[in-house]
Amino acid sequence: MSGAYEENEGHDGPEATGHDASGPGGNRKPGDGDVPPDTESAGAAGGRDEAENPGPKGGRDEAEDPAGGPGPPPRIPLPRVSVEDGGLPLPAAGRSGPLLLEHPVLKSLLGAWALAACSPEESAAVEEHLGECGACADEALRLREAVVLLQRPESLDLDPALRTRVLEGCLERRPPRIPVPEWATPYDAETARLDALLQDFGDSEWHAPVRLRWFEAGGAASRRTTVAGVLAHLLTVDGLVAVALGLADPLGDIVAPAPAPASRTEAYWRASHYPPTRAVRGPWREQSHDIVRTVSFTGSSAGRMPVPYGDFELPLHDAMLDRAFECWVHAEDIADAVDYPYEPPAPRHLNGMIDLAARLLPGVLAARRQAGLASSGGHRHLVAAGEPGRSLRLEIEGSGGGEWFIPLDSPAAVGSAEHEVAHVALDGVEFCRLAAGHVSPAEAAAGQDGDREAIRDVLFAAASLSRM
Amino acid sequence: MAKQDVPLRWDRKMQQRLARGEAAALGELYDRFASLVHGLAHRVLDDEQAADGVTRDVFAHVWEHPDAYDPKQGPLRTWIATLTHRLAVRRLRDTETAALASGGPGSAEELERKVRHASVAARADYIVQAMPAPLRAALELAYFQRRDYRQTAADLGVTEDEARRRLRLGLQLLATAHDAGSPGAPPGYGGAA
Repeated sequence: MSGAYEENEGHDGPEATGHDASGPGGNRKPGDGDVPPDTESAGAAGGRDEAENPGPKGGRDEAEDPAGGPGPPPRIPLPRVSVEDGGLPLPAAGRSGPLLLEHPVLKSLLGAWALAACSPEESAAVEEHLGECGACADEALRLREAVVLLQRPESLDLDPALRTRVLEGCLERRPPRIPVPEWATPYDAETARLDALLQDFGDSEWHAPVRLRWFEAGGAASRRTTVAGVLAHLLTVDGLVAVALGLADPLGDIVAPAPAPASRTEAYWRASHYPPTRAVRGPWREQSHDIVRTVSFTGSSAGRMPVPYGDFELPLHDAMLDRAFECWVHAEDIADAVDYPYEPPAPRHLNGMIDLAARLLPGVLAARRQAGLASSGGHRHLVAAGEPGRSLRLEIEGSGGGEWFIPLDSPAAVGSAEHEVAHVALDGVEFCRLAAGHVSPAEAAAGQDGDREAIRDVLFAAASLSRM
Repeated sequence: MAKQDVPLRWDRKMQQRLARGEAAALGELYDRFASLVHGLAHRVLDDEQAADGVTRDVFAHVWEHPDAYDPKQGPLRTWIATLTHRLAVRRLRDTETAALASGGPGSAEELERKVRHASVAARADYIVQAMPAPLRAALELAYFQRRDYRQTAADLGVTEDEARRRLRLGLQLLATAHDAGSPGAPPGYGGAA
């Protein structure tokens, strides 16, 4: 990929803005890189008062001071003011022994001169030359005018919702022959959102510490990594879908002890001598694009194709929802680590994610019961497959919310309003944090009513949907 | 040069996928170019909603007319930048003309000056983004970080001669932002804007 433009990462990145913090009139001492910053005032004073060492620098500092003055320095430096406009004496050529420079050297200095980036003596020599050489004078004027055009690129925090609006608008005007399946659009949107967040990250952001948190066997678990490490985690687990679709495994030659999310991630982290870097972004993004593209070609029937996750599997359309969910959850981990805001997914995508969790809950309840982690249920009734059974009403509030009846006694039973024994109400984002293992079942802000054991079981089952 | 081949192959492939009606390709196109398109439009129009509108129009145009792009004429990026510029300037002129017609302040000359100014500013942005990275890095140091050319040379690990050359060449490229419309002006968007 990458033409010159893409290589420009960090050009206007968060760390770059710091350069302006020193304010206009910076630390520059003409022609001497070794002079420490605090001697600057002495240097400037010398230039102004004695006029022995005059030049564009003095003019520039003077002209910019008012703008940068007592208030905060401008984020975008003002265009430089030429010495002629600075209200200061023009360099007095010859006063302190003029530099004698050849025409080619003077010409080569024009760019630096226009940017006020040469020594006062050189500036004086150039300016004297401009009075004598029409060609150089023309170019000097042209380059000066060009300096005014230098502007920092606009900060480009594109509204993520714009992507959806633009794409939908296009697809209405010309319906696609090969659409992205409905069940893949949350993944498409979430990966695009995360990629946009990563766009301006500098090294300090990529290596910011992150603690991955989840819930296992009745307790909270966590693992330390970095922002780049989180992205490597997403790369390797998305890789399960990639492999199921016949795409290349991002693990390559690395052998994971088990074809499961945590095992693959740990193997990937271990295989490198160095912690992951920003270099992981390209492969992650390319893979997510390839996945969206490939599922578009497999057609809607492929949605049922199983994707193995090690000790369980999900049909492709659910796996894509699961990956969208994980992408959002970890994007939030990343955003927290670097102190950026991050919004929840679009309501209809959030709804799909909640629906997936609600559909997985009965199976998880049964597994936990078998493992002795959930109540074996004094009230438990045997229910024939496909028949309505005792149910918990899960009411999710907020955008993307809705109502689900979770059958409590068997994954094969059908949730039913007539057999409701308990009612839990919580906010959609809160429910997702619970399912992500980011809040504990005991702490989840849930309104509860009815069979307390059933409620406890369902909340714990929701938390145990989480994994590394 | 391999570096140019790869993007061109990507460009051709993208065009084929768009022509085939692949919605996933449209998403990838957006992911690659949305910040370029929105940034240029915003530089011309200085208005968030108007820039959103131009972004919508640009991608709709590419999606509806993928064959309008000719890979032989240059990179897709250049074509999209040119298209963005044209649509943004047209929108600015339309808005300003409407304001003028409904009794707003200003004159037709001021309108033209404003349009020209916005147009040059946007082209300059694009030139800076598209110029070779070593030139951009030199300008970045000398202008934004206020290093003189000797410090710039030291920072970049090049000779002072080379630093002077890069600063001059970079500004020469940037100056071509003023040359729009003159036939045969190759820099910027390839003179097509």
